[in-house]
Amino acid sequence: MAMDETLKAESRLTPHKRVVVVGASSGIGAALAQQLASEGYLVAALARRAEVLEKVCMQINEAAGEGAARGYVHDAADHGEIPGMFQKILRELGGIDALVYVAGVQHPVGINEYDIEKDREMIEVNLLGAMAWMGEAARLFEQMKAGQIVGISSVAGDRGRVGSPAYNTSKAGMNTYLEALRNRLTRHGVNVLTVKPGFVESELMRKNAKMVFGVISPEKAAKDIWRAMRKRKQQLYTPGWWRWLMLGIQHTPSFIFRRLSF
Amino acid sequence: MKLDNRTDKLLPGERLRRLENFGHSIAKAGYVYRPVRVEDAAKVFELSRESGARVGLRGSGRSYGDASLNGGEIVLDMQRMRRILDWNPETGVIKVEPGVTIEQLWKYTLEDGWWLPVNPGTMFPTLGGCLGANVHGKNNWKAGPLGEHVLEFTALLANGEMVRCSPKENSELFYAMIGGMGLLGVFTAITLQMKRIYSGKLRVKAWAEASLGEIVRAVDDGKEEYDYIVAWVDCTAGGRGLGRGQMHSANYLAEGEDAQPTQSLRIDNQVLPDTFFGLVPKSALWRLMKPWTNNGGWRMVNTAKYAASRTLGNHKSYEQPLVAFNFLLDYVPNWERAYGPGGLIQYQSFIPKETAEEAYREMLRLCKRRRLPSYLGVVKRHRPDKFLLSHAVDGFSMAMDFRVSERNRTRLRKLTAELDQIVLEAGGRFYFAKDSTLTAEGAARFLGEAAIKQFRKLKGQYDPDGLLQTDLYERCFGGG
Repeated sequence: MAMDETLKAESRLTPHKRVVVVGASSGIGAALAQQLASEGYLVAALARRAEVLEKVCMQINEAAGEGAARGYVHDAADHGEIPGMFQKILRELGGIDALVYVAGVQHPVGINEYDIEKDREMIEVNLLGAMAWMGEAARLFEQMKAGQIVGISSVAGDRGRVGSPAYNTSKAGMNTYLEALRNRLTRHGVNVLTVKPGFVESELMRKNAKMVFGVISPEKAAKDIWRAMRKRKQQLYTPGWWRWLMLGIQHTPSFIFRRLSF
Repeated sequence: MKLDNRTDKLLPGERLRRLENFGHSIAKAGYVYRPVRVEDAAKVFELSRESGARVGLRGSGRSYGDASLNGGEIVLDMQRMRRILDWNPETGVIKVEPGVTIEQLWKYTLEDGWWLPVNPGTMFPTLGGCLGANVHGKNNWKAGPLGEHVLEFTALLANGEMVRCSPKENSELFYAMIGGMGLLGVFTAITLQMKRIYSGKLRVKAWAEASLGEIVRAVDDGKEEYDYIVAWVDCTAGGRGLGRGQMHSANYLAEGEDAQPTQSLRIDNQVLPDTFFGLVPKSALWRLMKPWTNNGGWRMVNTAKYAASRTLGNHKSYEQPLVAFNFLLDYVPNWERAYGPGGLIQYQSFIPKETAEEAYREMLRLCKRRRLPSYLGVVKRHRPDKFLLSHAVDGFSMAMDFRVSERNRTRLRKLTAELDQIVLEAGGRFYFAKDSTLTAEGAARFLGEAAIKQFRKLKGQYDPDGLLQTDLYERCFGGG
């Protein structure tokens, strides 16, 4: 091997960081996996749909070099599988420096619909899956006195609305869980970032949102998230102006909010 | 693309620990198991089979590189198997478990007049670790590596078999497991021949030498006369002073030379003082060193040390306790912490006597040119041995400590790759206890095809499922 090639490869002096992206087959997950790989991360990409995942991994490996991404087929609602999957990835990557949880489902529900099956799935994927993955990562990072946990939540977690009670609940739960992890782990040198995207171009958004505005691409969201990760921020609204909009919405008094129909 | 979702037996998450190398330059997670008995170790091999996680062996974690790390997998920490099983003060034969440290050993045998014939620069490693790396001391050209003083050992191989090995019995395995970096099996008991001594003191001489050439000649010339010889090299000096430094030689005292051996052999008279100049507590010293650990600061320290060696006590002879001379590195507890959060690496190369001086001169110049001078250089004399993965040559070694920081990582990486080329071209070798930068290609080049082939053959035979592995194995042998 020529010296230049040798120097490009990973070494003990210049190790690559390793990130686990749960929900990497589309939208923000795929874009963020791509972004992190281009920043020199080795990516363990997880998703339910094998063929789509394979395609995403191939794209990453083409752009960032062979071996930059490995795919693992996983359903985030299958909580029993998570501890074993985490160990397998830890073993195969030799270490984990960051966990990004992106997996999420949102079922469209009518404003007078109460469907426990739909609601259960949202809680199982958006909240319980996140807790199971983040719990595994938290235990490792606490020991390592280093690491980064990134939860892709949503502006939808800031208030309960008529249109999506269970989805709001799942994201609000995630925000609270992330906050608790942050309070537990900051003292151990671990960074916990809560990401609250607004409208991001995706299947999930197309299925659900009736009134959309200020839509951004997943790539733009991924860039914002990477910047926040690098700066070890605690919270990120993407795009940034949602922070001010949500400040208004959070402070809208209930007697007004309960008369609104969005 | 991995689509295999079969989950193996889970490892308990509460066993996860952060493990570091001695240089604090690498940190890895590992599921740590600490066996008390041989059966416990056997159970961990069984767990490895069921879980799919492989096992790395670790003693005190005193190797500078990645030899005792096994990122994300099982780490079998042998420190609890630390019983002394048998001791014969008549013959000096001692049988110990692998977790016994050098400190434990000398404290046990010294008052009977026996000393470990080969000691590394620190007393904290375990004997299992020392044999895995087949360590040497400042008397390598005379006493060989530690492995030459092993009468026999028993080991649990990765395939579950218990074996007894000596230079006569299972000799192939004897010469491969000693120096084999814990990749074939785990030592369960080690029988050593200690060395008879007649005093707890050594007669030490110290003198300055003004250049690398003089250092190399002094180390070589001392071969006959001295029992130990070592040179400190000021790697920050350039020009005519390139490679200047200070020599230390030592001799055992013969029977009768020490009028009161019972006094000098007492443990109390060997222990390192806990303050410097009777004032500064040594546990705090590394913090005082920290502000100096940069190119400018260390150059001043080295220059002052060299100036002192030329004036104070130059060519004087004095008596020094065995412990103080042998375990220089333990003088300042936690000295490695002075290198800051990035830690340090040591680059040690072993070069045949014909090419060593020229190669070392080139290496020192290169480090200076790259503005990455080593803060500490040490030169010693060596001779070859019969072990399969040997680092020894009929020649010299030079060890260089480098600070690792976020700013210099990439440049240091490049420098070590360039140094590798110089060493390999000079017919040199490397030492797995120290190394953290060699590539698999470099390892193959210095060990030679035959040795690698033989090692792989033994690995396939005694560890057919590849249970034993470390980060070092992955790096230098491509994980097999």
